[in-house]
Amino acid sequence: MALLDVNHLDVRFGMRRGELQALRDVSFSLDRGERLGIVGESGAGKSVAAFSLLNLIGKPGYIAGGTIRFDGQELTSMSDRELRHIRGHRVSMIFQDPMMTLNPVLSVGEQMVECLKAHRRISKREARAIALHKLEQVQIPSPEARLDQYPHELSGGMRQRVIIAIALLLDPDIIIADEPTTALDVTIQAEIMALLLELCEKHNVALILITHDLGVVSQVTQRMLVMYAGRVIEQGPTREIINDPQHPYTQGLMNALPQMATPGSRLNQIPGSMPSLDNLPSGCAFHPRCGFVQRDDGSHRRACEDNIPGFVTSGNCQVACHMVAEMLERDRIPAEETSR
Amino acid sequence: MNVMSQTVKTPGADIQEETPLLEIRGLVKRFSLSGDFLEQLRFKGGKLVRHQEYVHAINGVDLAIRRGEALCVVGESGCGKSTVARTVMGLLQPSAGEIRYGGSRIDNMSTRELMPFRRRMQMIFQNPYASLNPRMTIQQTLEEPIRLHHPGWDSTRVRDKVAEVMASVGIAQDWGTRYGHEFSGGQRQRIAIARALAVDPEFIVADEPISALDVSIQAQVLNLLMEAQQQHNLTYLFITHDLAVVEHFGTRVVVMYLGRICEVAPTATLFSRPRHPYTQALMSAIPRLEDDRPQHLRLKGEVPTPVNLPSGCVFHGRCPHANERCGREIPALIDTAEGSQVACHGVEEGRIG
Repeated sequence: MALLDVNHLDVRFGMRRGELQALRDVSFSLDRGERLGIVGESGAGKSVAAFSLLNLIGKPGYIAGGTIRFDGQELTSMSDRELRHIRGHRVSMIFQDPMMTLNPVLSVGEQMVECLKAHRRISKREARAIALHKLEQVQIPSPEARLDQYPHELSGGMRQRVIIAIALLLDPDIIIADEPTTALDVTIQAEIMALLLELCEKHNVALILITHDLGVVSQVTQRMLVMYAGRVIEQGPTREIINDPQHPYTQGLMNALPQMATPGSRLNQIPGSMPSLDNLPSGCAFHPRCGFVQRDDGSHRRACEDNIPGFVTSGNCQVACHMVAEMLERDRIPAEETSR
Repeated sequence: MNVMSQTVKTPGADIQEETPLLEIRGLVKRFSLSGDFLEQLRFKGGKLVRHQEYVHAINGVDLAIRRGEALCVVGESGCGKSTVARTVMGLLQPSAGEIRYGGSRIDNMSTRELMPFRRRMQMIFQNPYASLNPRMTIQQTLEEPIRLHHPGWDSTRVRDKVAEVMASVGIAQDWGTRYGHEFSGGQRQRIAIARALAVDPEFIVADEPISALDVSIQAQVLNLLMEAQQQHNLTYLFITHDLAVVEHFGTRVVVMYLGRICEVAPTATLFSRPRHPYTQALMSAIPRLEDDRPQHLRLKGEVPTPVNLPSGCVFHGRCPHANERCGREIPALIDTAEGSQVACHGVEEGRIG
C-alpha cells in the first residue's frame, strides 16, 4: 500500500463573492522513499495541494471533499491535536523563504531543541546532541558554533541547510518542500538540491517537491504531476513526461524554455495567461490557449469547450486531454481492425 | 575629452564599429554602511576616531557595449550586476570611474544636461508590480515620458505616438483607460516595455525583466524584447541570473563575481568553452532537462561579504585551482585566442584549460 494516498481532493476558499475552487479532483499517491514533483505556474494550485495535505490551509480555505490517507490513517477527519503528531514529526515541510521560516529571536539550537521536545520526551542535552548530529548531516561548517547563532547571522544557503536539518530532526517519512531553492542563487541551489536528494535517499524519506523549474524536477524526482488552474492535467514518470509530454500545456511549457530553441530564434510561446480561479473557462480550462482545439482537418473539437476532460492512460502517464483521448481512440480502432 | 575618442578612430574605418555606444571605465561603486558623520565617530583607545565601512558593490569594471548587441550580465545576487545597470542609467552616482555614452561623458552631467541622453537610454525593471504607478492609467503611464521628452508636441501627436507604441507591443487600445493593478505580471511587463519604447530609445537597460514571470509568460516577454530589437534597432544591456535566457538572447556575455568581471565572451564561445573557474561552476549548476543526475562542480563555501573584500582574486577562496599568487595579486582581463577576455591567473599561466 502506498504511504500517502490522495483521492479526489477538493479544496475551496469561501470568499464573499462566492466559493473559489482552488483544487479540483486532485488524486495521486506516494510510496515510501519516492520523490514526486508538482509542477505548475503561479496560481496553478501546487502550493495549496501541498499545504492541504497537512490541513495547513488557512481560513477561508477548507477541504471540501476527497480523502488523504497517510500510512493507513485518514488525515481529513483528524482533529488538530491528532494532526499535530503527524505534522513536523512524520511529515515535515520546507518552505520557500528561509528567513521567514526561522524564528529570528531564537538561536538555531533553541529552535531545534524546541521542535524535538515538542514531540519526544527527552532531556535538553539529548535534544542538543541530536540537533548537532543533524547539522552535521546537512554539512554545515562548524555545526557546534551554529547552534548558538541566530538566523540573521547565517547566509541564505546556510539557513536553508538549517531548515533541512530541522525537517529531518524527527526522522520523518515524508518531506514536503515548497520551492525550497527559488530564493537562492544557482550555485547554492544546485548544492541544496544535491544535499536534499542525498539525504532523502540515505534515510529513505519520500519527497514532495513543489517547483516551477522543470530542470530541477527532471533531476530530482521520479514521478511528477503537472497542474493547471487547480487541476492535475498530466502525471506519470518524470523521465517520460520530460522526454515526451502528452498534454498540450506541458508541451507548451517545455517548448517555451529557451534551451528548446536555437539561440536568437523566436521562442515558442503559449498565448495568453492562466485564467483566474473565479473566472474559469468552460470545459477544459486550457482550451482558450490551446492550439489543438482545432483538429488537423480544420474541424472544431466541441468537447474541449463543453466537457472537463477525464484522465486517459498514455504509456505510463495519465493525461487529461480530449485531443490525446481522441488520438488514442483512433490508434486503438485500426489496431483492432487489423488484428481481426 | 573628445580627443580620446578621436584617437581611437582610424581614418576610413566604420565609426560605428570603433566607438562603442556605451563605455564604462574603471567603475567603482561603494555604499556607506556607517550612516552620517556623527554615527561614524567611535571611541578607540581613549581617542575619538572616525570609522567608516563600505559595501564594495562594484570594484573596477571596464566594459564597452557595441551598437546593436545584446550584452548580458550574469552573476549571483550581490555580484553588482544591478548596480552596474543603475549606475549606467545615472540612477546611482559612481564612486569612481567614468561612463561614456556615444563618446561623451555622462556620469558627471547635471540632470538638465542628461535629459537628451535619458531619452536615448531607457530602463525596464524587474518587478512589474512595483514599476508602474498605481494611480496612473496605462494611457497616462505611456504619455508621461513622451510629454517629458517632447514638451513641444501637441496632444494629438502624443496620443498617436502612444497608440503606435501600444500596437507595436501588442497592447489593445482599450487598456489605456485601465490601471496597472488590473493586469497580470506579463501584461504589466508588456506595458513597462511599451513605456520604455515610447520615446524611441536606442539603448535599453533591462534589469531581470523576466525573473518575476512564469515560464510560459517569460517566453512571450523575451519574444517581445527580441522583436523590439529588430524593429527599433536597439542595443540591450540585459541583467539576469538565468543562463538559459542568456544563451538564447545574448550576443555577448559578461560574468561578474563580487563586483568584478571574471569573463567577457561571445555567447557561443562562453557556452562551448567557459574558461574562468567561476563561469565553469556557474554553468555546471544549471539544472538541465537531459541528464538524470546533477554533475555540478561544487564550490567551497559561499560568496564572501562585499564589505571586506578578499585580497587578490575575489574568487580565490572558493576556487579549486587557486594558488598563492591568486590570494595576492588581482588578475587583469586578458585576451584569449577565442576572442574572449578572462581575468584569471590560472588561465593566463595555462594551468586551467
